Amino acid sequence: MRLHGIAFRLASLTLVGATLILTAILGYNYTVSRSMIVSLAEERGTLLADYTAENISGVFNAIQKVMNTISFSLEDAGLTTKQVNDLGWMVLNDNPEIFGSAIAFEPYAFQSDSKYYAPYHYRSNNDILFERLGGKDYQYFYMDWYQLPRELERSVWTEPYYDKVGDSELMTTYAVPFYRMRDGHKVLKGVVTADISLSWVQKLIAGLSDRESGYVFMLSRYGTFIAHPDANLVMNETIFTRAEKLKHPQLREVGRRMVAGESDVVELKDMPVIGDSFLYFSPLLDQQWSIGVVFPKKEIMADVSRLNREVATLGILGFVVLVLLITCLASRITRPLRKLTVSAHDMASGNLEAELPVTTSKDEVGELTSAFQTMQDSIKNYITNLTETTAAKERIESELRIAHDIQMSILPKLFPAFPERKEFDIYASIEPAKEVGGDLYDFFFVDETHFCFLVGDVSGKGVPAAFFMAVTKTLLKVVAERTLDPGEVLIRVNNDLAEDNDACMFVTLFLAVMEISTGKVRYASAGHNPPLLMTKRKGVEWIPPLNELVAGVMEDTHYTTKSMTLSPGDTLFIYTDGVTEAMDSTQELYSEERLEDVMNQCQGKSAEQIIRTIDGALKDFTGGAEQSDDITMLAMQYLGTNSES
Amino acid sequence: MCSLLLLLMICFFVSPAAAAEGKTVRLALQWYPQTQFAGYYMAKKKGFYAANGLNVEILHGDADSNSLDRVISGEAEFGTAFLSTAMQRWSQGAPLVNIAQIVQRSALMLVVRKASGIKTINDLDGARIGTWGDTFQLQPEALFLREKLHVTFVRQSPSFELFMRGGLDATLAMWYNEYHRLIAYGLNPDEMTTFFFSDLNLNQPEDGIYCLDSTLKNAPESAAALVKASVQGWEYAFAHPDETVDSILDIMKKQKVQANRAQQTWMLARMRDIILVGKQSRLTPVLNPVDFDSTQRELLRSGVITTDIPYNDFYKELLR
Repeated sequence: MRLHGIAFRLASLTLVGATLILTAILGYNYTVSRSMIVSLAEERGTLLADYTAENISGVFNAIQKVMNTISFSLEDAGLTTKQVNDLGWMVLNDNPEIFGSAIAFEPYAFQSDSKYYAPYHYRSNNDILFERLGGKDYQYFYMDWYQLPRELERSVWTEPYYDKVGDSELMTTYAVPFYRMRDGHKVLKGVVTADISLSWVQKLIAGLSDRESGYVFMLSRYGTFIAHPDANLVMNETIFTRAEKLKHPQLREVGRRMVAGESDVVELKDMPVIGDSFLYFSPLLDQQWSIGVVFPKKEIMADVSRLNREVATLGILGFVVLVLLITCLASRITRPLRKLTVSAHDMASGNLEAELPVTTSKDEVGELTSAFQTMQDSIKNYITNLTETTAAKERIESELRIAHDIQMSILPKLFPAFPERKEFDIYASIEPAKEVGGDLYDFFFVDETHFCFLVGDVSGKGVPAAFFMAVTKTLLKVVAERTLDPGEVLIRVNNDLAEDNDACMFVTLFLAVMEISTGKVRYASAGHNPPLLMTKRKGVEWIPPLNELVAGVMEDTHYTTKSMTLSPGDTLFIYTDGVTEAMDSTQELYSEERLEDVMNQCQGKSAEQIIRTIDGALKDFTGGAEQSDDITMLAMQYLGTNSES
Repeated sequence: MCSLLLLLMICFFVSPAAAAEGKTVRLALQWYPQTQFAGYYMAKKKGFYAANGLNVEILHGDADSNSLDRVISGEAEFGTAFLSTAMQRWSQGAPLVNIAQIVQRSALMLVVRKASGIKTINDLDGARIGTWGDTFQLQPEALFLREKLHVTFVRQSPSFELFMRGGLDATLAMWYNEYHRLIAYGLNPDEMTTFFFSDLNLNQPEDGIYCLDSTLKNAPESAAALVKASVQGWEYAFAHPDETVDSILDIMKKQKVQANRAQQTWMLARMRDIILVGKQSRLTPVLNPVDFDSTQRELLRSGVITTDIPYNDFYKELLR
């Protein structure tokens, strides 16, 4: 496929369009499906966090109720040692979730001789065992489970701790202070506790983590991990030390919100192993603990990604099919065009017989082909005609050339024309225009002493002018040999020419007869340009025109004969309007003025030199521009009978 | 039979480590393994003790034992202890001698929540202040006596829950340990105001190495070797904090002590701050006589000791 071809452009434009549309659809699809999945996951995560929190809270709340009731019973001042012990035993017996329970009294508050009094019931191998806590090695007044409710005057859930008695289970203690009235004041008597194993919480959360693609964890009120799939973190790290280790300030911020009892969904960036994740958290309000559910973003997005991958794959497949289809279609459309181009190139290089592709289709290409066919036929016809016309023209031109040669050959061309005659010097030139023209000149002796010379200009161009010129020249010669009067000659020639002149052609003529012995010149003019006379005495001057009619138009026209006498050295310059009307490239005429100026520079020159000087000046003026008229000049210089004088 | 003999011979010749370990001595530390003692653990691990001809057995402490008791009873040849504790025992007649003062600056501090409105020491008048044990009460008592403030000391459990739950106005804390625990509980440093005793003209150098007078007399070269290698250990620990924290965490896990990297990293960095004081870049294990005198003055005033302790009897400089 050519790079700038229609097929390529069509295909690329269509494909670019298709790609844009496809990308837009993919993008839309991704955004919508992503937000759907994210909101679904959000719902699921929030539900899971809330549900877990409620579930655990439920158990803890039940224990709180039990222990609050027990604490009320302990406010009875009349309790005996046995009753107190039984109460402790009963708590464990009635509440299987409670692992141990202590009823600890203030120093000397239960027995005045005993600083420590704290019966403790706990489970061991399905039995409920009993011991007394307190002593120098176990000053329970400084234990959190005792000190906190004592100092804070409210019940507390302690931070989880590892039980040192049993199998190192993770425990928490719910501790409730109890009071007795003395002198109208509430006085603290002691603290009753319930130790609860957190194993079931850890198992519950581990079970949830197993079922979910993410994981669930639980934080204590200070952010300590109570449950987390990474056992190394449990009780060793808080979410804050974790954040510090991971250099993850966002995690610290989220941790603070979690332990503050908030619930929310946040996106955590760059979590270890799982990368970007969503965290849903929900608090256990009474304990100020928090449940967190973490879903790795990439797992949530896995479905979206898969869907989008599939859509993208389908899209790319479709794209490939589209590429093939368009390429095929485009090349089918352009194939006849390409063939037509080859034929057109063939035609352009001259082969008019080039075969055009055959098309049967009625589309634009078919029409173009048929138009080409028509054009080919027309060109062929035209070329045939042109060939014939050109051949005819060439034949005519060749004939004209011959006619022109013949025409020129009848003019005297040999110079010096009369080398034996020292009385005068004559020189003439004719520069034929491209077309055959009708200028003529001639000179000859009428008798021993009279010399006739003339210049004429037939109207029109071409063969008729040439014929007319030949006739005129012949007539002039015949007539001039019979009479020495130039006017008479012109009258006779005019009559002969005017007779049967249906074409209405005419000729201007200047005819002069010079008596060689005296230099006396008699002349007549039939509408010809006035010649120039150059004398030593007066310089250059125009011979006044006689304003008589051109020859050949009207019979019986009269022509006057005039005369003048040339002194030795005088020159008569006769020319046709081809000289004065010669044009340069800007269509400016040479004009009489310029001719006169040049003539003025010709004093003392021979006839030939004069003609050549004027000719040179003319050529300088026209700059080689092709002239439409013949340029004919004749110079007659009278030298006198005694040239030596 | 022949081959067994050969094997024994090979063992004998090929174990230069055993030969170089030389004299076995025991070093008792105040507490469980943590980076507070990083220098000693690293000196052992990196072979600085062995290179100095000692095979040091480190006895870590716990709630039930006291490092100086172990030295006095002969359970250990050497032990680490706070200066004030050691002076107290000295004045009670224990023939102890300080052979190196490692920690120059007191890490003890008072921490209050910004939200409590306490901005200066004087705002603590009438406050309830959390403590944990008597050892750490000498400096605060001196402070409040000096400032004529009445405060109540409340012994709290090491969990610091009472402070966290608002049961106390202020708490004592060690900069390298408990202060970080508060951060680890989610308190931001900008939510706390701190007062360092070292900034309140109550600096008391802390961890130093002690032994019995007789131990020093009988084997002064062992004592000097122990100090030299311990100093090397500390310098190595400060130069390679990551490796050190890794090593200490390993030891802690083996001892089943709750361990977390952030806390141990923090602790090591703070130990550096209180060991390499001022612009010092090398550890000089010398007991500063000025600090010694001021500590003694406070101990006398509070009645912890009753007689003057001559600096030169108490402290023996072994390096140099």
